[in-house]
Amino acid sequence: MRTKTVRCTVNGVPVEKTVDVRASLADMLRDDYALTSVKIGCQVGECGACNVLIDGECYNSCIYLAVWAEGKSIVTVEGLKGKDGLLHPIQQAFVEEAAVQCGFCTPGLIMTALSLLNSGKKYTRQELRYEISGHLCRCTGYENILTALEKAINRRDNGE
Amino acid sequence: MSVGKSVTRVDAVDKVTGMAKYTADIFPPGTLSAKIVRSTIAHGRVLSIDTSEAEKVPGVVKIVTCFDVPKNYFPTAGHPWSTDPAHQDVADRLMLTDRVRFYGDDVAAVIATDDIAAARAARLCKVEYEEYPFVLDQVEAMQEGAPQLHEAYPNNILAHTSDSWGDWEEAVSEPGLLCLDKWYDTPVVQHCHIENHVCCAYMEGGRVTVISSTQIPHIVRRIVGQALGWPWGKVRIIKPYIGGGFGNKQDALYEPLCAYLTTVVGGRPVKIDMSREETFTCSRVRHAIRYRLVTYFRRDGTFVARSMEEYSKQGAYASHGHSIAAKATSGFAQLYKCKAYKFDAYTVFTNTPVAGAMRAYGMPQVTFAMESHIEDIAVMLGMDPIQLRKKNLMDVGFVDDFAGTVNHYDSHGQCIQKGSGYIGWEEKRRKYRNQTGPVRRGVGMSVFWYNTGVWPISLEVSACRMVLNQDGSIQLMIGETEIGQGADTVFAQMAAETVGIPVEKVHVASTQDTDTTPFGLGAYASRQTYVGGMAIKQTGEMLKSKILRHASKLSGLPENMLDIKEGKIVHKETGQALMNLGELATHVLYSLEESEHIAAESTYQCKSNAYSFGCSFAEVEVDIPMCRVKVLNIVNVHDCGTLINPKLAEAQVHGGMSMALGYALGEQLLFDEKTGRPLNNNFLDYKIPTAIDHPDLGADFVENPEPTSPFGTKALGEPPAVPGAPAIRNAILHATGVAIDNIPMTPHILFERFKEEGLI
Repeated sequence: MRTKTVRCTVNGVPVEKTVDVRASLADMLRDDYALTSVKIGCQVGECGACNVLIDGECYNSCIYLAVWAEGKSIVTVEGLKGKDGLLHPIQQAFVEEAAVQCGFCTPGLIMTALSLLNSGKKYTRQELRYEISGHLCRCTGYENILTALEKAINRRDNGE
Repeated sequence: MSVGKSVTRVDAVDKVTGMAKYTADIFPPGTLSAKIVRSTIAHGRVLSIDTSEAEKVPGVVKIVTCFDVPKNYFPTAGHPWSTDPAHQDVADRLMLTDRVRFYGDDVAAVIATDDIAAARAARLCKVEYEEYPFVLDQVEAMQEGAPQLHEAYPNNILAHTSDSWGDWEEAVSEPGLLCLDKWYDTPVVQHCHIENHVCCAYMEGGRVTVISSTQIPHIVRRIVGQALGWPWGKVRIIKPYIGGGFGNKQDALYEPLCAYLTTVVGGRPVKIDMSREETFTCSRVRHAIRYRLVTYFRRDGTFVARSMEEYSKQGAYASHGHSIAAKATSGFAQLYKCKAYKFDAYTVFTNTPVAGAMRAYGMPQVTFAMESHIEDIAVMLGMDPIQLRKKNLMDVGFVDDFAGTVNHYDSHGQCIQKGSGYIGWEEKRRKYRNQTGPVRRGVGMSVFWYNTGVWPISLEVSACRMVLNQDGSIQLMIGETEIGQGADTVFAQMAAETVGIPVEKVHVASTQDTDTTPFGLGAYASRQTYVGGMAIKQTGEMLKSKILRHASKLSGLPENMLDIKEGKIVHKETGQALMNLGELATHVLYSLEESEHIAAESTYQCKSNAYSFGCSFAEVEVDIPMCRVKVLNIVNVHDCGTLINPKLAEAQVHGGMSMALGYALGEQLLFDEKTGRPLNNNFLDYKIPTAIDHPDLGADFVENPEPTSPFGTKALGEPPAVPGAPAIRNAILHATGVAIDNIPMTPHILFERFKEEGLI
């Protein structure tokens, strides 16, 4: 087994671990950093349950090698809560709008939602449908997820 | 009041912060990885397995083959056990098998220190087979000379049931009757919960523990015991949060094998973590069912005689078996009236993945056939489809003479009124009548029949425990499971309502552990809010009366003058708060005279059932040259009784509608005719609807309180998945005049049909 040391920032903290060079970023985050919000639903980039932010952009971490994370900044759902313990506005919107059911696709979707929120752009509901279409959810029909997204974006624009 | 409010899910915060733990998040340190060696033929016998190359892979700990496992045949269906052998599920599974019956059957298992070593070694196991001919289609499998899967079931017929009422010959001899005789077909589809099935087993104190992504921990415990040949008390199942189930996890999947594997490595923890590809074809699928429906009817639309032939594709092993086809026959028989009725239902083994429970258990299949058929009759008669249905639907006051279930309300009439208003039925039926262009629109609808739980077909029981804490909050423990639907939240609401405390004061023990959780059957048959609600109400009342007994001693007032409101002991007449529950609990627990740990536990056996009705209305746009269907608008209206949590109920309906969209328009597992190999067992080739494939989903309710239910509620878990596909099919018929009789209605199917009908 070939290994390599990967230095990166995870949820704002500089870290390093020596990993199997074959490991995916999802494997590293789950197995070496116990960040179990990173869910594995397909292992091949089809379902979006493992999405994380890498330098502010959303990726399927199951098809991104751990060694590629060298020098990057990774954010998972575990990194979103404020220092005061309050939920991030996107998390809060998911809770309020019953956008969560089994919860397995939720962390990945929240990361995509966060990147949309951070973009500063406005989206129509139809545009939001396209933006989240890399995520599969079998529980919600996406209805309340879209509503939660709209709510969080509206709050952002209203400075709430 | 807690019931009836859209309180926030009790697990929402944990799920949006990544705190909620699922099976794969709690593997013990050092857990070994097991990978299954799967058959690469659809039917045959394993002659030998050469593991010599596989053993050399660094990290391999142990390889177990089909020749090593105990020969304890066990059933897998997630049904309550029956002490009557005639009602027990078919025991036809072994943990690994030398007689393989579908492509992907389990022939050996490799245990290694990591996933990669286990997978590499599994690929290096050389399996020698004697190949047999195979059969993929259920009707072909019934013919003389077809390949035989199970010796005990000639012509592959797992079960055949038939029944009739009325005098068929006399009924159909009525002069002037019209008749429609037609076939309808439904596909093999898969649940596609986003968390694959996963389990992990280890030993402690001579017992085996399995952590599993299951809907039915107490049932799985019994099945693991049966498979190992161990006393059931030596098995412990732990069920943490699960990433969806939809019936697939209402079956013992790999828990028995996983439990066995830990026993062969000295009790070290072993996991079986299925891949998506394995989940598609090596867990369970929905039964594909083919129907022939015949209806004799008068020119005024009155149904006179109805018959059904039903051919259900079981796949390789019995699992839930004929129960699915049988449930479909009940729905068909009861939903519409007639003078004479008969059916023949067959469940047939085939060399395909095993069919088990899937959301709504036969009803999406039969409802597609039946509601398409009704629409075809409406077209023959030139009659409004709603009027035709209303003329023939089950009467208010109907009593099912088998179950005693009563149709108390005009639920269908009320739901149809709401649904037709939402979609603009009257106006659009007129507006879309005479279209000629390449792109046409239509509206269609469907009603459905569903029931709640499984009484009297089988046992309905739920046990619950409540423990009062020193702060006046309670722990709620129940065998019924949270699988994403929001069960824990409505349980908390019902407990709060019964005991008289705020909902935040109810702590639901979400994880079931069969060592400590009271017995319950689990998440299936849309039973939990109904049956679990009965156990919660009964147990809550016991707890409340214990509390009031102590309150009476402390206050000097008689018990019947006291009540609990918002977590306080109050005087019933004046409403004056006498003490809060926390003070009482602390005082009683630490009393030096009469200390008591105030708790209550009880079992409720439910001996009733309840109809849950509703409808779906859909509006579509069909691009005829492109053979493409776009659903513009869709709504489901349900009468599931009183809503415990309206927001969660609505969310449940959205999810079912989403599944129905996939069932109608896209989903189908395909198999190579030459080898039986699955062709599209992944999310790229098997398309479940994404956000862009959905219109906005409408969900509405009629709330007629169910008299047999403690909180007035009844089935909602599964029914939302039922009526969508026929509503869409009927909308396509309205738009184009073309009846599509098999789903999914993909461009391939539409192209053939539009060509036949001269539209292209």
